[in-house]
Amino acid sequence: MTEPLLQAINTGKIYPGGIEALRNANLTIAPGEFVCLIGASGCGKSTLLRMIAGFETITSGQITMRGKAVTGPGSDRGMVFQDYGLFPWLTIRKNIAFGPIARGRPKAEAMATADRFVTMMGLDRFADSYPHQLSGGMKQRVAIGRVLANDAQMALMDEPFGALDAMTRERLQDELLTIWRATGLSVVFVTHSLEEAIFLADRVVVMSPGPGRIVAEERITLERPRDVSSPEFNDIRRHLASLLHADHARVAA
Amino acid sequence: MNEAVEALPPDSASPRIDVTPLLRIIVPVVLLLLWWIGTALNPGGLIPSPQDVGTALWDLAFGGIYDDAFSKMLLPDLIASAGRVYGAFILAAALALPLGMLIGRLRIVKELLEPTFQVLRPIPVTAWLPLSMIMFGIGPKSAFFLVALGAFYPILVNTVFAVRSVEPRLFEAAQMLGVSPARLFPKVVLPASLPGMFTGLRLGLGFAWVVIVVGEMTGVQIGLGAMIMDARQLSRTEIVIAGMAIIGVAGFLSDYAVVLLGRRLLAWSPQHG
Ligand SMILES: Nc1ncnc2c1ncn2[C@@H]1O[C@H](COP(=O)(O)OP(=O)(O)OP(=O)(O)O)[C@@H](O)[C@H]1O
Ligand SMILES: [Mg+2]
Repeated sequence: MTEPLLQAINTGKIYPGGIEALRNANLTIAPGEFVCLIGASGCGKSTLLRMIAGFETITSGQITMRGKAVTGPGSDRGMVFQDYGLFPWLTIRKNIAFGPIARGRPKAEAMATADRFVTMMGLDRFADSYPHQLSGGMKQRVAIGRVLANDAQMALMDEPFGALDAMTRERLQDELLTIWRATGLSVVFVTHSLEEAIFLADRVVVMSPGPGRIVAEERITLERPRDVSSPEFNDIRRHLASLLHADHARVAA
Repeated sequence: MNEAVEALPPDSASPRIDVTPLLRIIVPVVLLLLWWIGTALNPGGLIPSPQDVGTALWDLAFGGIYDDAFSKMLLPDLIASAGRVYGAFILAAALALPLGMLIGRLRIVKELLEPTFQVLRPIPVTAWLPLSMIMFGIGPKSAFFLVALGAFYPILVNTVFAVRSVEPRLFEAAQMLGVSPARLFPKVVLPASLPGMFTGLRLGLGFAWVVIVVGEMTGVQIGLGAMIMDARQLSRTEIVIAGMAIIGVAGFLSDYAVVLLGRRLLAWSPQHG
């Protein structure tokens, strides 16, 4: 196995109020790997993702990126938020150029980089528009482009397509896979949809609440592009659903 | 691009006549009519008719009717007042913007200054008048101080609120893109709070026009407020009303200019663009 890009070792999180959001999470992510986190609401998916991003402190265990402990946000890990988090005062092009400029690239180079990703994300028509003029799907393209333009090695995506309609979601899933393959980016993707997880991921990580923890991992070896209506796809779906539900049953008992 | 949403389509698709200008003048015209009818029914009353005020305005602007102390004084008075309004406004903004940013973002400055301002803020500008004349003497300096005071609080309060209510998500976004904590202020706080500060500036300038008459009660010789006070003492009510109208129109035009400026500078903001 190649050297892991990211490693969470016995990672735990207790929020100041005393809520144990995550206990003893162990997770290894290889360069270029696409991992989906799935689980019931409140099982700590966002917490884990935000600790990887460096937005939340780690209260036990540790997380390392290329062997170095994560202590705060860094441009090697780019987050795609469900609510986009675009800078409303910047045009789309400048939103995408924000990272390179923040990291001290010359203006002209940053703009050239931005133009490349504007085109890659299919945003040419909107390059000089402002975020409030865009639909949700378009905004999420900008958010992804912004992470790519910043040379992030890992994209952290917290239900990025959760607020979008089904058709837009499917298109963005396809586009995300295309980009992922072209760039060799690692992706950690939180979703509530089993189908989305199985469609996208190399590996699905199943979590469960009370306290939040990782309960199972499943490698998905289906050929891409995956057919969500194939029997193999359904077998995996059934299997993962049983893992999720077994857990619900236990909580209910 | 089926999910692409263009900027809101203009209403120009429909060939209907735009009634907005009509809607906007209905109330002023009705008020003017009521005023005219009222004074026409009561010719000996204390309230002058619109025609009297119109005549006074003409004489204020061009002279040639009464040729008294008020004739041809409109422009000098307007210039003097506008100078005070904008001068005091700029002074107020120069103090309130940085103070507001500091109070809004730095805990220690907030604790240090906010309670004091909370107590000072409800004190009306009128109440400061005597003290201001003692501190700054009779005349323009006092006027300047009072107008600046009137403009100061709206700018301060809106700036504090604006820098405090920056969406936390934007800090996370900036940091993950490589902005160091020390650079968050210029890269995120400042641009994100521009619309709020702009609202404060707009309100502040409006208040400066509101308090100019009070400000010029400090014994200044020239200015719209001085003109109104002089006319009042001479019972020249038509000049008082003419002065009121001039302040109203000047304040309106000044605000309109600010709104146009805001639309240009804050095109990105759904509230201003
Ligand atoms: N900032 C916070 N302060 C205190 N408790 C928090 C905070 N954020 C999350 N929690 C708690 O931690 C637990 C895990 O929350 P988290 O948001 O990680 O769950 P999630 O799996 O992302 O849920 P969802 O699917 O609803 O997004 C929950 O019980 C939640 O209430
Ligand atoms: Mg969540």
